[in-house]
Amino acid sequence: MNARQDIPIAVADGVLRERGQREVFCGLTGIVWLHRKIQDAFFLVVGSRTCAHLLQSAAGVMIFAEPRFGTAIIDERDLAGLADANAELDAVVERLLARRPEIRMLFLVGSCPSEVIKLDLSRAAERLNARHHPAVRVLNYSGSGIETTFTQGEDACLAALVPQLPAAPADEAPSLLVVGALPDIVEDQFTRLLQAIGIEAPRFLPARRSGAMPAVGAGTRYLLAQPFLGDTARALEARGAQRIAAPFPFGVEGTTAWLRAAAGAFGIGHDTVERVTATARERATTALARQRRLLEGRRIFFFPDSQLEIPLARFLSRELGMQLVEVGTPYLHRTHLAEELALLPRGTALSEGQDVDRQLDRCLAAQPDLTVCGLGLANPLEAEGLATKWSIELVFSPVHGYEQAADLAALFARPLDRRQRLAA
Amino acid sequence: MQLTLWTYEGPPHVGAMRVVTAMQGVHYVLHAPQGDTYADLLFTMIERRDRRPPVTYSTFQARDLGGDTAALFQTAARDAVARFQPQALLVGASCTAELIQDDPGGLAEALGLDIPVIPLELPSYQRKENWGAAETFYRLVRAMAPAPAPRSERGGRRARCNLLGATALGFRHRDDLREVRALLDRLGVDVHVAAPMGATPADLQRLTEADFNVVLYPEIADTAAAWLERTHRMPRTRTVPIGRRATLAFVDEVAALAGLDAFAAREALDWRADWYARSVDSNYLTGKRVFVFGDATHAVAAARVAAHELGFTVVGLGSYSREFARDVRAAAAEFGLEPLITDDYLEVEARIAELQPELVLGTQMERHVAKRLGLPCAVISAPVHVQDFPARYAPQMGVEGSAVMFDTWVQPLMMGLEEHLLHMFRDDFEFHSQATPSHLGRSGTPVAAEPVPAAAPEVNAPAAAPIVVPATAGAAAVDPQWAADAERELHRIPFFVRGKARRNTERFARDRGVALITVETLYDAKAHFSA
Repeated sequence: MNARQDIPIAVADGVLRERGQREVFCGLTGIVWLHRKIQDAFFLVVGSRTCAHLLQSAAGVMIFAEPRFGTAIIDERDLAGLADANAELDAVVERLLARRPEIRMLFLVGSCPSEVIKLDLSRAAERLNARHHPAVRVLNYSGSGIETTFTQGEDACLAALVPQLPAAPADEAPSLLVVGALPDIVEDQFTRLLQAIGIEAPRFLPARRSGAMPAVGAGTRYLLAQPFLGDTARALEARGAQRIAAPFPFGVEGTTAWLRAAAGAFGIGHDTVERVTATARERATTALARQRRLLEGRRIFFFPDSQLEIPLARFLSRELGMQLVEVGTPYLHRTHLAEELALLPRGTALSEGQDVDRQLDRCLAAQPDLTVCGLGLANPLEAEGLATKWSIELVFSPVHGYEQAADLAALFARPLDRRQRLAA
Repeated sequence: MQLTLWTYEGPPHVGAMRVVTAMQGVHYVLHAPQGDTYADLLFTMIERRDRRPPVTYSTFQARDLGGDTAALFQTAARDAVARFQPQALLVGASCTAELIQDDPGGLAEALGLDIPVIPLELPSYQRKENWGAAETFYRLVRAMAPAPAPRSERGGRRARCNLLGATALGFRHRDDLREVRALLDRLGVDVHVAAPMGATPADLQRLTEADFNVVLYPEIADTAAAWLERTHRMPRTRTVPIGRRATLAFVDEVAALAGLDAFAAREALDWRADWYARSVDSNYLTGKRVFVFGDATHAVAAARVAAHELGFTVVGLGSYSREFARDVRAAAAEFGLEPLITDDYLEVEARIAELQPELVLGTQMERHVAKRLGLPCAVISAPVHVQDFPARYAPQMGVEGSAVMFDTWVQPLMMGLEEHLLHMFRDDFEFHSQATPSHLGRSGTPVAAEPVPAAAPEVNAPAAAPIVVPATAGAAAVDPQWAADAERELHRIPFFVRGKARRNTERFARDRGVALITVETLYDAKAHFSA
């Protein structure tokens, strides 16, 4: 085993695959936005003090209210024997539910320590369900770093929700399900557009409340709004739903292609989509033109973070004229990203996985105009003279759809604009 | 298992990171799963450091667990040494790696590196961040200054001391260091080595050349300083110079250790905060009821400053530093209080709700509680967030520290004239009794967060879900009811003392078996408690 595991290997498909130190978040971070999306859910991490510390460092300290997440911290006594740990967990859940009587859905979220000691959270969820159902439904998923990277935590959460979704009647007409947590405003815009196109009642997963989760069945056609939902897609397919292949709805082009794909699945022609979206497309195109002045011709480098990198790189290169130096992604789902990969400029340098020191060497050697990276790297790179865009904001901001296209571009333009202002 | 909404301290390996990030020429190889690199952003974002912490993580994943995680760790260690060329290497495990028991110390030793390798044993399921920092610093000092060195003779030179305890991510450590350096210089004492902040392993080798050690933060440096005292016969200071009285005691202590007469230096100190506290404008601060919570050092110092230098009444004192519980107990006894030694945020919240203080001096977490309860609050201790790593000079120690504390603690309180007017006229449409102090600039905003529609932007108070605070002791008895006119009268009492009035009246009624509280009961209780 002395062979080095982290030698980069460029494989035939041109994607650089690396192993080494990964400067990424674990899936627990997904809780930061999921707890706001599903308004009557609570996320209880079963983990260590590190997990609790991660959650409050990544988000919590900015939120000056009682958050709908917490950690059941494993201590020495729990490590001594598993039976005891289960009883302790039950007691923690009792205390929590007594404190928060309005909670209707409780997620037990697995972490690295709970996975390594093989604490069976699915059985714990079953047991707790027997006690607390129907007042509270208890589910479980893993957000551990050993199994999930950042946004994959949302994938694991939604995949856990899918088996719990109500069954659609067998004879139901085809219905559309949009999958992936979206900001409420984006969800509303998409609803209006899809209805105008002629898709009567689009539903969203996750819903805003636990009691309003969409039904699923053989008539369900689902459309991914996010590129990181591999397990959720599999779970939906296990319930008979069928995926509508599409690029992701970033920018004018992505949004239009996404809507067209949805329309196509319902036998609605492109001309209808063109007609319904004409105003919004024109508005977005005009707004994008202003951002283009700052971004055109600029060279951009993506460190891996959220799996949004490839769709965003596509948007930035095709609609804003940016040049792609390297596009890193933590994980590349070839099927779900097929439409996106086809739209990328030929020969784009893609990398999957990470060896952060080597990637930093490549980045510094390339001296890109803008580097998209996590918070651990952003200020150090700024100090080296590189302009950076911290990537987490891309997950926390409304960026999908026509009305947000220019906002999304502005997220990238702002660091460059700021540099110019401060240099002046 | 412990239900934790907020944690006062991180895991012990974060303490180790604080030590290595403060130093230069040290690297830390941490066996840890993918994702634990989140800790980097504590330093790069909260403290806004301009370089990555000198930490390499093995970042193993599930697929590695079936294979050779030990080899993964060794590769990471070898590559880190080759790349960063440190003078010394620390190796250790995070909580998850502790479970898989790969023994980073043994693995690193087997690499045959030509620099000192210091293994860290940080029990993640028992200990926390400050303990981790203290242990790491102690291990480093022990490794770099092992043998008892001959004490150097003073001769004609100035006395010199080490300044121990300042780390990365420490609450105001940067400016405390500068303030104490200036104070020592004024006394005629040189700083030989300041550590961990700014020190290299080579500097740690020179620690024993100083005459004595100044312990700025006992939570971090006391273990190492006690060892230096035992092994190298280096005396250490016991007083932390936070507040005027403590600073003067510190000056005397240093003068005694350095064999100096501190009279002139003492006299020359200009205590602006002391004059401010004596000026008539501060009269209304007298007896304001304050709750204090933080790490042991800052909580104890703040309680003394609050009581003796600002004239507040300390109604509660507590700390999450279990290692220093004895010091907190002793200080609480000075105020006739039962100390609250806990790291359970919910317990702290319950105590504050019960005591209904007029000001909370605490950590970032107490800001959450104070916001929920609508109480003024100032931060005196870690954990803190980005706004408490300010650009401006903002020490807590020494003369300037006193001035900073005066401004910071008084600022959230309603100013004197406004407070009087609220006592006199309660129904002003703008300066009504539910309003925040008008000098805080959000006139008319209710103090307590009220539910707002979910669509409201995040910057507003988020919708407050009903939180059931566990009943406090004694509440099990039948709760007296409030008659409508008594409730109305209660609301004529300004909000910042209303909580206390409600609590006292209910206690008074309960003690006497009064089931219905009338206006008379309210004033009976007032007379009873003011006696």
